[in-house]
Amino acid sequence: MKLSSGTVRLIIPAASLVLLLAAVFYMQPRAMSYTGLNLLFNLAVPIALATIAQMLIMSVNDLDLSMGTFVSFCACVTATFLQTSPVLGILILLGAIAAYAVIGVVIHIRDLPSIVVTLGMSFVWGGLAVLILPSPGGNAPVWARWVMTAKPPLVPVAIVASILIAAVTHYIVMRSSFGVLMRGVGGNDRSVERAGWSVIGIRAATYALAGFFAILAGIALVGLTTSADANIALRYTLLSIAGVILGGGQFVGGKVSPIGAVIGALTLTLAGSFLSFMRISPDWQIGAQGAILIVVLALRLALNRLEKREKSQ
Amino acid sequence: MTETLKREEVVAARGIKVTFGAVKALDGADLVIHAGECIGLVGHNGAGKSTIVNVINGGLSPHDGSLSYSGSEIHGISAARANGVRCVFQELSLCPNLTVGENARIMHAELKGWNWRSRALSLVETQLRDIFPGHSIDCDLSIDDLSIAERQMVEIAISFAGIDQRPKLVILDEPTSSLDAGLAAQLMAYIRKFVREGGSVLLISHILGEILSTSDRIVVMKDGRVVADRVASEFTTRSLVEAMGNVVREQEFSRAASVRTGEPVLSMPPRRGHGLAFQAWRGEMIGLAGLGGHGQTEALLDLYLDRNSNWWPTRRGEIAFVAGDRSLNGTFPLWSILKNLSIASLGQLSTKRMVDRAREETLGAGWKQRIEIRTPDMGNRILSLSGGNQQKVLFARALATTASTVLMDDPMRGVDIGTKQEVYEILRSEAANGRTFIWYSTEMDEIRLCDRVYVFRDGAIAAELAGEEITEKNVLAASFSEGDAA
Amino acid sequence: MTLHRFLMAKPWIWSFAATIIVWIVTVLFTGGASSFGLSQAALTFAAFSVVVGIGQMFVITLGPGNIDLSVPATMTLSGTLALKLMDVQDGMIVVGLLASIGIGLVIGLGNYVLIKALRIPPIIATLSMSFIVQSVAIWSNRGLRIKPPETLASFATSGLFGIPNVALVALILSALAWVLLEKSIYGRWISAIGQSTFAARMAGIPVDGTRLVTYMLCAVLASVCGYLLASFSGGAALNMGSEYLLMSIAVVVIGGTAVAGGNSNIPGIWGASLFMFLVVSMLNTYGFGAGFRLILTGLIIIAVILLAGGRQSLR
Repeated sequence: MKLSSGTVRLIIPAASLVLLLAAVFYMQPRAMSYTGLNLLFNLAVPIALATIAQMLIMSVNDLDLSMGTFVSFCACVTATFLQTSPVLGILILLGAIAAYAVIGVVIHIRDLPSIVVTLGMSFVWGGLAVLILPSPGGNAPVWARWVMTAKPPLVPVAIVASILIAAVTHYIVMRSSFGVLMRGVGGNDRSVERAGWSVIGIRAATYALAGFFAILAGIALVGLTTSADANIALRYTLLSIAGVILGGGQFVGGKVSPIGAVIGALTLTLAGSFLSFMRISPDWQIGAQGAILIVVLALRLALNRLEKREKSQ
Repeated sequence: MTETLKREEVVAARGIKVTFGAVKALDGADLVIHAGECIGLVGHNGAGKSTIVNVINGGLSPHDGSLSYSGSEIHGISAARANGVRCVFQELSLCPNLTVGENARIMHAELKGWNWRSRALSLVETQLRDIFPGHSIDCDLSIDDLSIAERQMVEIAISFAGIDQRPKLVILDEPTSSLDAGLAAQLMAYIRKFVREGGSVLLISHILGEILSTSDRIVVMKDGRVVADRVASEFTTRSLVEAMGNVVREQEFSRAASVRTGEPVLSMPPRRGHGLAFQAWRGEMIGLAGLGGHGQTEALLDLYLDRNSNWWPTRRGEIAFVAGDRSLNGTFPLWSILKNLSIASLGQLSTKRMVDRAREETLGAGWKQRIEIRTPDMGNRILSLSGGNQQKVLFARALATTASTVLMDDPMRGVDIGTKQEVYEILRSEAANGRTFIWYSTEMDEIRLCDRVYVFRDGAIAAELAGEEITEKNVLAASFSEGDAA
Repeated sequence: MTLHRFLMAKPWIWSFAATIIVWIVTVLFTGGASSFGLSQAALTFAAFSVVVGIGQMFVITLGPGNIDLSVPATMTLSGTLALKLMDVQDGMIVVGLLASIGIGLVIGLGNYVLIKALRIPPIIATLSMSFIVQSVAIWSNRGLRIKPPETLASFATSGLFGIPNVALVALILSALAWVLLEKSIYGRWISAIGQSTFAARMAGIPVDGTRLVTYMLCAVLASVCGYLLASFSGGAALNMGSEYLLMSIAVVVIGGTAVAGGNSNIPGIWGASLFMFLVVSMLNTYGFGAGFRLILTGLIIIAVILLAGGRQSLR
């Protein structure tokens, strides 16, 4: 049985996650418990959701530089409106999804570079977040808190949530008709158009779906932290891009993998804990993350070369 | 013959005219395809084959003439699709990141609803088995993971497949270009079967053996017209080549007998490990001929990129390049005519890496006069020029350099005849001064201007012709392989 | 018609017109009392955006996908290390400047090595690089905040004939960049690469060499800016570069440089930098908060890119 290139692309992310996890357990055997695992992976849930959102945008060859500020904005809405007057909160979030769809349409019609448009949007979302919560505060809705702190038997909620996210998005992106069309637009939009589909509609729907997952990221984040502020998730822009890339996704060509993206997000979260267990001084933690990113990319390049050589034989 | 007439007309194109600027791509061409026949379409470069295919599949609306599908006159890609016209293009039109089944889902909108995956899979797999019995393609793999031959097989299978209704007409443009002889024979056999069952096929191929053995009828095109349309059995390889060629006696050119002194200025080993080696001597004008897309442009790019650093500025450029696809690798659209002209010669126009505007303008004025660029002001944007004049600027760019060798990638495509004559004159005089020209051209008139010609086929050099041997007949014979695929 | 063409050919006029309007509106609101102070502050803070913006502009000119995200980390590292090296001694000022230029060269080289060797898009290569640079900065910044040498600090905070010295430095750098862009072979090359990398290669331009130089130039300008900013604000802070990531891209876009590459414009960066600062002060004087300020900035960026028409304007 020949392995498909999609599966091959998952090997390195999965292997690096397992390796990191093994190293963490080796150095801190106490982490090998229910609470330990939950602590290690708790923060991964919102990151995984944001990574999925970024991956959707990347599947149609675009990039979202406003992810971090948008998740912050959603977190602020969750901690304020969604908690005090749920109907208004839901309406705001629906409006945000519609805004994402509109951005997709504008980018498509005017053939604009998505980087610049979303850069502009990042100021807008950041500004809205500051207006809602000028200083840190707000409260998590009870249900969000309940979901994020639930204690299911045997497996901690962070793991359950990650698997659930991976499974659902795998179905949407890799199995459903819509996912095929979406990745088709990334792969060869002319042939999708020639077969009679509306590429603009597909792009709008993809953006809307990305907005939806980013909103879930905001809600999950507030569920963990119990309050929000306007800068709560700024790192998510870069983390989500790095997560997709770590998980084997590519910037162009519609080559993405939801399972890989979730693994990438878990790896990034775990790398932080790993580095602190390694007693690497906090000074070097960011740098080590950069180095990990570079090493994984180099490994992937090597693997791609190998694969290409195999094919040409 | 009488039986054919009674059959339904799947597509009827009559008196089609299409012009691109000054070029008449189709000049009153007729092509009628009936149900249950395979038509072979042959012709040399620029004969209008791909243009008429684009008209039939709805991608191009004719400027004149009538087009009807099964008797009704409608236009557009969706109309053509609705009438069962499918097309397998030379460039791959699948999504490379999707699996075979997923590509079938995109191409066949009917495959919706629950469990579409297994239905798409069985559709493609059945079709693949029908066409290429014994194939070993795993339909769960993505297109990227398949070899080029497998991709072509999948694309052919998806086009022949049908759910609610089978396609009526399948247009195959060089379908065997990356298939080996066995697979090509399977495809030809399937085409016969498809035709027997009432379908129609329009087959374009440079392998005349395939055309002769598979088609019921062969249509020969030349200069945008159909010059022969007869039952296949009335043709032989020889008569086909003759029909594609010029009817009038070829004009004689006086060529300077090429003087080869010393080492060749350029050389290249046989490409892809077979065929002939390439060599060029000083002052020669060398033509690269053959059907378009058979490796001529790649050979030019290799010659150029091997002699040009990507990291350090070259002090004296030894080699210059004239682009054919202006928008892809030629013009800089934001710039003025002058900047477009001088970009390759900045080294000699500057002191201490600073461009001397006065010298640049002198150079521009000189070439404006010499090559007659029709513009009031060299400071105007390059896009304000007509295509032919843009092309002249690209010629001037290469000729203005100190390069001793100039590579030309079919630069006269779509240029009016007046401009061509002006440029030919300049090329001749430059060659006489010792410049070497390597000239890929799809036009026979230009190939005949050359001292020596390499004919390309399937990525390698298939023949070398020199002096009096450079005739249309010889070039055609070398670019079409006789091959007996079926 | 001619006026229209003139305006189209000089897109930076818009940013200057907007700047003047905002300046007048702000001064009117405060009754004219603040006009001198406002202009001084605008020139000072715009100067820093201009210096990093020019570097970013060179990179963006290289065409779609080219962007340098390591700018803020480079600024921080250069400011930190330079101050540490100078150690409050006036004699070391030049050595510190040279050191920060050296840091820029190394980071630029590293960026392009990653882009080329790992074949990863610049956005992710410069991002990974910035993580590492940031770490080095954090590590070296430990301990006390080191002050800049006396002479350097007073140079950075004072002015000549009412114009802040940092603005003069930025002006000189802009003039040099303008000469490089408009007069030199290098300027022609980056513009050609931005319009069509393939056509540039086929015209005999050493594409990789030119791109390498451009990434190094961008990093050097960022580190010089970090050196100046640290001297101006009396010491290096770890977050001193952070606002310049988005700012450096925003001033390039608002200044009328084509995002699709090939067309850059230095006066526009001045206009955009002054405009961005003045909009902030205007909203502040009118009592609007940071929220409105950010929203307005974002809407301006989107409006500019919509008007410029993206890649369509090429055709």
